[in-house]
Amino acid sequence: MQLGFKDEDIKFRDEVRSFIKETFTEDMRKTLSLSKNGHAGKDLHVKWQKSLYERGWMAPNWPEQYGGSGFTSTQKYIFESEMAREGAPRTIPFGLSMVAPVIMEFGSQEQKDKFLPDILESNVWWCQGYSEPGSGSDLASLQCKAENKGDHYLVNGTKIWTTMAQYADWIFCLVRTSKTEKPQEGISFLLIDMKSPGIEVRPLITLDNSPEPHQEVNQVFFEDVKVPIENLIGEENKGWTYAKYLLEFERGTAYSPGLYRGIKNLKEIARDTSVGNGLTLLDDNDFLNKINECEIQIQAMEFVELRIFSALSAGQRVGPESSILKTRGTEIGQYLQELAVEAIGYWSHPFVEDTFANINEPSIGPEYAATITPEYYNGRKTTIYAGSNEIQRNIISKAVLGL
Amino acid sequence: MDFSFSEEQTLLRNTIQSFIQDNYDFDKRQAIVKSEEGMKQENWKQFAELGLLGLPFSEEDGGLNFGSVETMIVAEEFGKGLVVEPYIQTVVTCGGFLRRASSNIKEKYIPGIISGEDIWSFAYAEPQGRYNLNDLTTTATLEGDNYIVNGYKSVVSGGPWANKFIVSVRTSGDQRDSDGVSVLIVDKNSEGLSIRDYPTVDGSRASEITLENVMISKDELIGEEGKGAELIELIVDETIAAICSEAIGAMKVLNDATVEYCKTRKQFGQPIGKFQVLQHRMVDMFMQYEQSVSMTYMVNLKLNEEYAERRKAASGAKVQIAKAAKFIGQSAVQLHGGMGMTDELNVGHYFKRLSMIENSYGNIDHHLKKYSSAE
Repeated sequence: MQLGFKDEDIKFRDEVRSFIKETFTEDMRKTLSLSKNGHAGKDLHVKWQKSLYERGWMAPNWPEQYGGSGFTSTQKYIFESEMAREGAPRTIPFGLSMVAPVIMEFGSQEQKDKFLPDILESNVWWCQGYSEPGSGSDLASLQCKAENKGDHYLVNGTKIWTTMAQYADWIFCLVRTSKTEKPQEGISFLLIDMKSPGIEVRPLITLDNSPEPHQEVNQVFFEDVKVPIENLIGEENKGWTYAKYLLEFERGTAYSPGLYRGIKNLKEIARDTSVGNGLTLLDDNDFLNKINECEIQIQAMEFVELRIFSALSAGQRVGPESSILKTRGTEIGQYLQELAVEAIGYWSHPFVEDTFANINEPSIGPEYAATITPEYYNGRKTTIYAGSNEIQRNIISKAVLGL
Repeated sequence: MDFSFSEEQTLLRNTIQSFIQDNYDFDKRQAIVKSEEGMKQENWKQFAELGLLGLPFSEEDGGLNFGSVETMIVAEEFGKGLVVEPYIQTVVTCGGFLRRASSNIKEKYIPGIISGEDIWSFAYAEPQGRYNLNDLTTTATLEGDNYIVNGYKSVVSGGPWANKFIVSVRTSGDQRDSDGVSVLIVDKNSEGLSIRDYPTVDGSRASEITLENVMISKDELIGEEGKGAELIELIVDETIAAICSEAIGAMKVLNDATVEYCKTRKQFGQPIGKFQVLQHRMVDMFMQYEQSVSMTYMVNLKLNEEYAERRKAASGAKVQIAKAAKFIGQSAVQLHGGMGMTDELNVGHYFKRLSMIENSYGNIDHHLKKYSSAE
């Protein structure tokens, strides 16, 4: 048992730091800081991802044969931590870490050749078609229908909560190809070109009230959409297996570096906030205690992550224990957002629809205030998406506690 | 970065586990607790034979020269058995002081610990001081070659079993100054020392100690006169790391027992573990436990860091462990229902031990303040 990294890992960390310093420009930082939901327009994300690609760092989790970065697990951890610490844009996961692993594992050679290089180079933007209005946590109940017509599928139905579908070139969908007693058995995994006739994308404005085109999610409608039969992944009616594989692929996300960043920001805000007795909020012990309690929770997260990461490096399997990360990481994240709203007091009241406009006009109150309240409202999603935290608890209960 | 245990460490863990299995099932433990002495000398002898009493001491001093990770392993396994013999008090806390003392003191006292002859306890708390280690009204005044010690020490854990005490005293300065705190070795048989022994709620024993013109040779001073505060804080942090380890052992037992119970206890025609509201409570217990394990590793690995880092590690760990101790303890009783309320079942006894750990060496509020001050 020991803490600390080896010299070669420290050297790698410094390389990552200098990459971020050079590539994550002031302009990008500024733009991203004005976002209510962590997204800052297609161009910024594509630009960022293309520079990662050029450096060979776009795909830390891909096998090297497909252009993966070839990182050791320590390097992966360092890479992810450094990115989060600096608040660099997160790589958009839908192509890179969701559909790509499925294509690699279950796709045909043609599909691999056609899709993987464009994902790696960020030439093509993907979105995810899983949830439906009637199918949330109970995903297997999905209804979006694909009829096999020989050389194509005819798709009818709708997908909801489709993140950034407004930018997407392709969507991967779970569709119902047959009505079976066990709903999981009649599901297939289809890749659909978003330019196909019969597809309509409608924005859904969420609690952060980001105006078009900055909305985070959409509803996608399919009306008699023809999808070539070669766009099916693997076998018909086996889609549920592939979907589950996808869910297992990305685990061990490090939350703590980003959360520490949140603490740092929160302290800066508190230092900048007067509390009516000539002192600042950072001098207020009641508030300081909340910050410290939160920081201690992050310490605990950090060491849960490090233990998981250490087990992974030792070649051990890490199972549903990583549901702890999602659950605690999001709950602590929400608490940080709550504290930020508490910190800015009355400045949490003004409603600013287009925060990006703050680049050109003076802000109401301090510049950082405009996004804090929408971020808080937007952040409520984190305990709902990607398997609500109640579902995560069900998973731990079943898989870890054996209940 | 590596969180795996070496073969040697795993062997050590197995050794303790089989000791607990053979000598410390719940009935045997209760028999020990209810005996007149309240601990079992034979167990202490066995600790000596297993080398446990020499764990942290250097080879020069006759020990095994092990570090905090090994101490963590021992304390964690002892926590699972609710071991009452004062291992942490003697070896980690008082041993920690002695390891840093002059070679004369080391030679004089460490062999007695390693052989199992002596049991030690740290007498630091005073009624007015609460968790402030420097708030001392117990004084020591140098007269010739001797200190004359006067004062009162409260809730000295394991006091009835100890024959030697390490006592924090004020040799100069005002009541709460950090300067002027000194550390003395006081024999239990010293003239002028009177003691009142009593049981504690977790089945252990403690004492109130009155010191009245107790004469202690100046050779029994650990460290420099008046400069003891820093050393005390360090030893208390090492002790915190050890009791956090003990706590995660106890939490593990409660969590496992609760899950097991909910799988077998039937109501409304099904095991109560099928009810989601109970499942989620158990998942939260599990997550609190995992976070506590993580914080315990963290503090044990950071004891040698520079002050601010160590301060944050120890106080952070203590806050997490205290919260988890309360949540897991209370939840285990709740989920065991009426059975959880009985003295007959082991659950309540783990709950009580955890509750005592919760505020030993400072409660949550205290450590949040210490954490703040480490900036």
